[in-house]
Amino acid sequence: MEKMPRWADVLLVPLISLLIAFAISALVILAIGEDPVNAMTVMVTGALGSTYGWGYTLYYATNFMFTGLAVSVAFHASLFNIGGEGQATLGGLGVALVCLFIPWPHWSLALAAAILASAMFGAIWAAIPAWLQAKRGSHIVITTIMFNFIAAALLNYLLVNVLRPKGSMDPATARFPEATNLPALSEMLGAVGIPFAKSTPANISLLIAMICCVLVWGLLWHTRLGYQLRAFGKSEKAAVYAGINPVRITVLAMVISGGLAGMMAINTVQGEANRLLLNSVEGAGFIGIAVALMGRSHPLGVFLAAILFGFLYQGGAELALWTSIPRELITVIQALVILFTGALEYMVRRPVENLFLMLRKGR
Amino acid sequence: MDFATLITLLDSTVRLATPLLLACLAGLFSERAGVFDIGLEGKMLAAAFASAATAAVTGSVWLGLCAGIGASLALAAVHGVASITFRGNQLISGVAINFLASGLTVLLGQNWFGLGGRTPTLEGAARFSEVRLPFADALSGVPVLGTVYADLISGHTILVYVALALVPASAWLLYRTRFGLRLRAVGENPAAVDTAGVSVVGIRFAAVAIAGVLCGLAGAYLATGLAAGFGREMTAGKGFIALAALIFAKWRPWYALSACLLFGLLEAVAIRYQNIDLGLIVIPVQLTQALPYILTVVILAGFVGKAIPPRAGGEPYVKER
Repeated sequence: MEKMPRWADVLLVPLISLLIAFAISALVILAIGEDPVNAMTVMVTGALGSTYGWGYTLYYATNFMFTGLAVSVAFHASLFNIGGEGQATLGGLGVALVCLFIPWPHWSLALAAAILASAMFGAIWAAIPAWLQAKRGSHIVITTIMFNFIAAALLNYLLVNVLRPKGSMDPATARFPEATNLPALSEMLGAVGIPFAKSTPANISLLIAMICCVLVWGLLWHTRLGYQLRAFGKSEKAAVYAGINPVRITVLAMVISGGLAGMMAINTVQGEANRLLLNSVEGAGFIGIAVALMGRSHPLGVFLAAILFGFLYQGGAELALWTSIPRELITVIQALVILFTGALEYMVRRPVENLFLMLRKGR
Repeated sequence: MDFATLITLLDSTVRLATPLLLACLAGLFSERAGVFDIGLEGKMLAAAFASAATAAVTGSVWLGLCAGIGASLALAAVHGVASITFRGNQLISGVAINFLASGLTVLLGQNWFGLGGRTPTLEGAARFSEVRLPFADALSGVPVLGTVYADLISGHTILVYVALALVPASAWLLYRTRFGLRLRAVGENPAAVDTAGVSVVGIRFAAVAIAGVLCGLAGAYLATGLAAGFGREMTAGKGFIALAALIFAKWRPWYALSACLLFGLLEAVAIRYQNIDLGLIVIPVQLTQALPYILTVVILAGFVGKAIPPRAGGEPYVKER
């Protein structure tokens, strides 16, 4: 017998966790002598009150969809991919190489190539830790953490010594040619007659991210590979007994995960900056963990959680602009969400389960 | 490279290795008891902030040290409750702790001091001063050995010597006491310890608390010994290098000392030399910086000596009913 109905499991528990995280954040705001209600108002109007705010919210959400999906796919195979940061860094490198050194006639071709390159670079960066875990037994969490730092050092080296244009002091590549620039969300919506604020970084990558949500859903629940992946995640022993090759599944799960994390770069590197900067990932790889936990590793949940975190990010920027609350409040909220939806899930879940058991007995 | 340069380089190696060593020993106690700890970084950062902030306000480095240990212990308590009491995922709890420290330190720092997350610069009694060992001045005239004694062994802050003394102390505690045996057993086979009538939860909480104290020392040293105040994200990945050193050391105290000295040396070299020109090839500074991580991956993969973690690491213990 199930302890509680499905809707409570997928909706109620994450929402309660979120409420606890927000309540504690409100206490933190009170403790530093600010007004939590005012802070929330600033965040909501700043992030959702105008199409300008929405443009930034959706831009951040696009990043978090990619990294959230990346963490989710690995979670389903019971692998913890903490290396989204490094994989997205490498993805950025792939995008930059494709955009800088191949003269593209049209943005659509450049986009297709950039998707391939970013996914491939991210996938390779995830495949090595996966292979090391499957074949050599080194713990994937530690290796992916190490690979984050190695990726940062590698990019630093390449930008300073190889890719930096002559005479420039910035550790960044040259600007990509105009033909690789992606259409902004405002242009796309404008074409169908919806007015949307210009000069926001939201771009066509949002669509790609949403397509990826659908594809990941299809992959996980409607293909043989997805079934094997989930079976492996539920019980490695049973999966091996059923003839599923553990090395193959570990590597494939991480390749898909790393590819998704890498694809984040089309949004930041090609869509927004139009050049590769030293820290273009800006922690989105880690936020993917919070997004995946909050979204219960389901693509629809990830989509919604990504928009929530996009809202938090844009709202946090507005907070720093209009109040004396620094942006780092968002880092605290993010930490609390990870803590309550991830590590303390049992603490939140048990009272809810007991409540439903009590209700059932009462009937 | 002349002798004086070598001494300077080794001197900064010792300074830079100290926070790594303290954090590494913290991880050692926690992981030997079967509780993974990737929150070393966050605990160090919180301790660095709390110690610098308290020292700046009170003017006493010792009160700062206490506050640092307190902050680190508070986060350790969160980790303990999440991963031992509520049997949550220890890795996710560690990630949360890192973010919590990273966000709260800047948030509170900006609110209290308004310096963009920094604390005011510490001076005088608000910092750990250098300890001159006896006869250091008298012996400094003696060639080689005198210089080594006066400039390398003497002249560090008290926490450096504490950290070094903690290596044999940890080894003794882990391998020569009943508590140490139980702690290691809890990390390998908690069910056996439980059968013997010893509380698994108690031992694990004790280990996590020891880790909290040690991370507190590491953070306090960073902000009040090595530097003169707290700066945002000042741990800059040191907690993860300590984690790397722990694996490199195969979860053993004496090996931890050598691993931390090696990683400290790499850091000292990277700071002092930037790119190293070997004539034929130039070693870029980024390679020196990334070397601890690369070495750890190689060691973990078992290509050069296998590192086997405690068997029950990462698994919450569920008592049979």
